[in-house]
Amino acid sequence: MENEYLIDSGKLSESALKRKHELESDPAARTDHMKYMEGQERIESDILEKVLSQMNSYDYESYTAADVTRALQKDSLGVEELKALLSPAAEPFLEQMAEKARIETRKHFGNTVYLFTPLYIANYCENYCVYCGFNCYNDIRRMKLSMEQIEHEMQVIADSGMEEILILTGESRSKSDVKYIGEACKLARKYFRMVGIEVYPMNVEDYRYLHECGVDYVTVFQETYDNVKYEQLHLLGHKRVFPYRFEAQERALMGGMRGIACSALLGLSDFRRDALASALHVYYLQRKYPHAEVSLSCPRLRPIINNGKINPHDVGERQLCQILCAYRLFLPFAGITVSSRESESFRNGIVKIAATKISAGVSTGIGDHESKYSGKESAEEGDEQFEINDSRSFGDMYRDMAAEGLQPVLNDYLYV
Amino acid sequence: MNNDDKLIIGGHEFNSRFILGSGKYSLSLIEAAVKYAGAELITLAVRRANTKDNENILDYIPKGVTLLPNTSGARNAEEAVRIARLARELGCGDFVKIEIMRDTKYLLPDNAETVKATEILANEGFVVMPYMYPDLNTARDLVNAGAATVMPLASPIGSNKGLATRDFIQILIDEIDLPIIVDAGIGRPSQACEAMEMGAAAVMSNTALATAGDLPTMAEAFKKAVEAGRQAYLSGLGRVLVRGASPSDTLTGFLHD
Repeated sequence: MENEYLIDSGKLSESALKRKHELESDPAARTDHMKYMEGQERIESDILEKVLSQMNSYDYESYTAADVTRALQKDSLGVEELKALLSPAAEPFLEQMAEKARIETRKHFGNTVYLFTPLYIANYCENYCVYCGFNCYNDIRRMKLSMEQIEHEMQVIADSGMEEILILTGESRSKSDVKYIGEACKLARKYFRMVGIEVYPMNVEDYRYLHECGVDYVTVFQETYDNVKYEQLHLLGHKRVFPYRFEAQERALMGGMRGIACSALLGLSDFRRDALASALHVYYLQRKYPHAEVSLSCPRLRPIINNGKINPHDVGERQLCQILCAYRLFLPFAGITVSSRESESFRNGIVKIAATKISAGVSTGIGDHESKYSGKESAEEGDEQFEINDSRSFGDMYRDMAAEGLQPVLNDYLYV
Repeated sequence: MNNDDKLIIGGHEFNSRFILGSGKYSLSLIEAAVKYAGAELITLAVRRANTKDNENILDYIPKGVTLLPNTSGARNAEEAVRIARLARELGCGDFVKIEIMRDTKYLLPDNAETVKATEILANEGFVVMPYMYPDLNTARDLVNAGAATVMPLASPIGSNKGLATRDFIQILIDEIDLPIIVDAGIGRPSQACEAMEMGAAAVMSNTALATAGDLPTMAEAFKKAVEAGRQAYLSGLGRVLVRGASPSDTLTGFLHD
């Protein structure tokens, strides 16, 4: 495989390098990505099949301006209308889509915008996902915070005023086991009103345990719903198993979690098909679990340490805006999160159209909140997953959102 | 307007029959909204009041207005009861609007769970105002469970679609002795007026104001519409002529004693 993602670190041993090249160039050296690994729970579900069959039959070039106009005239959108709005034919209608999306967002969320911050507690990873800064072959400073360090980070963040936190790890079950994540979440409940996680997919009982530790929201990105492409990008580790990852949200809901979030990482594959699949993943989950609070994210590829060439390809801001408007019109009640991967100007604009939640005071590194928030040097830090674009602090974001005429909301949640 | 025409909920008297929502617009506008709407009851989500020092919605509600905390986020009776108790602990008083939803798409209330929660909370001394889908049997169950009012939805929350359940709300107004407060879906003042003309005891609205171009002005428009509808109801609406003129020869003119 040849592409812009492949970088060899000079620090890898000869045998590691050989194994890496073998994985990259020889599909036969890789495991079957559709086969569950030992310990990975299988559940009864037809959602994967439904999403893939819709995605595989989606011929977005076949939609016309007339289809888009028809979709925009409808009160509630079905799958066909969603497909029309995600097609190239909808691009000239972006302003009309935005106007309609704005009305829907206002109806369901008023002028509120939710603020949160992510906290990375470990960046060890056992996967080789070629585009990710945490991948096991990438030469970065690795770190796993102790409970004392986690508590210190949480204090610094809570002092800034933030009340909602998303706890993240790299995907290493051996370095960051479920108990470790659970203990971190219990600490988070002390400092924050709302706790979410974005960690490796796990079994129903693991999610049930984390729920008892105070977590109610689970985010898992499928990265791409194109399983052929998925196989080519996730070469090693538990993450290779496409269906186990796809079913993570469902297992989380079965484990008692209140809400879930889905997304593709836009730019990895055909973004129109990935956007369609992301929305349908949420749509079918909500139909099967009507009580679930559902949301969508929309990350685009960003440069990583040791590889500045990585970029979102054909997913420009206009395309991203089109996707988010289509999401809003198809799922008017769903939350939409826009992360600091996007620029200040994009985020200021999109919260007035479709987004309902944005991050602030963000670091994707490990243990560096104090140095980032106060300028105080810290002894030890782990490297970042990707480069962020919008580095506004909590205070700046709060003020900016209010200045845009929006009401920042720090918490709208109770653990019951 | 007759000054004796009070809205009485659980023994508390109100002059205003317009209940205001608070969750979908800037906190800084709440005071103006209350003022222009003439509202004496304002709803707020307990979960929005569950914040630390920053921007607690409770800090923005003017003194003298009765708080009506709602249990949004509750998926069953047990969760609603817990949220209501927390509201009391937070100092929100004894009023509670029960909202129980098992569906995040339409936010339609779960009537059966609502009856259960009503009974528990009424026994604990709350003034219980249950949000419900307009069903006569459920309304009777709510009366028996100790509800202070019954709050049927006009159409789905946030939809601004007006009185989609008009005929069923009319049945509740005709058959239930508690105040019937129309909640959810009222999108414009004319719809609020119509609900009041039908005999609703009050109307509650949030999204219609939050999505208006000028919130305080719309709040005032709702106030006037609710008052007009109430006045029309009290004065006895005129008849509506069917198929043109009324016949001069009556069908019962032959009766002599």
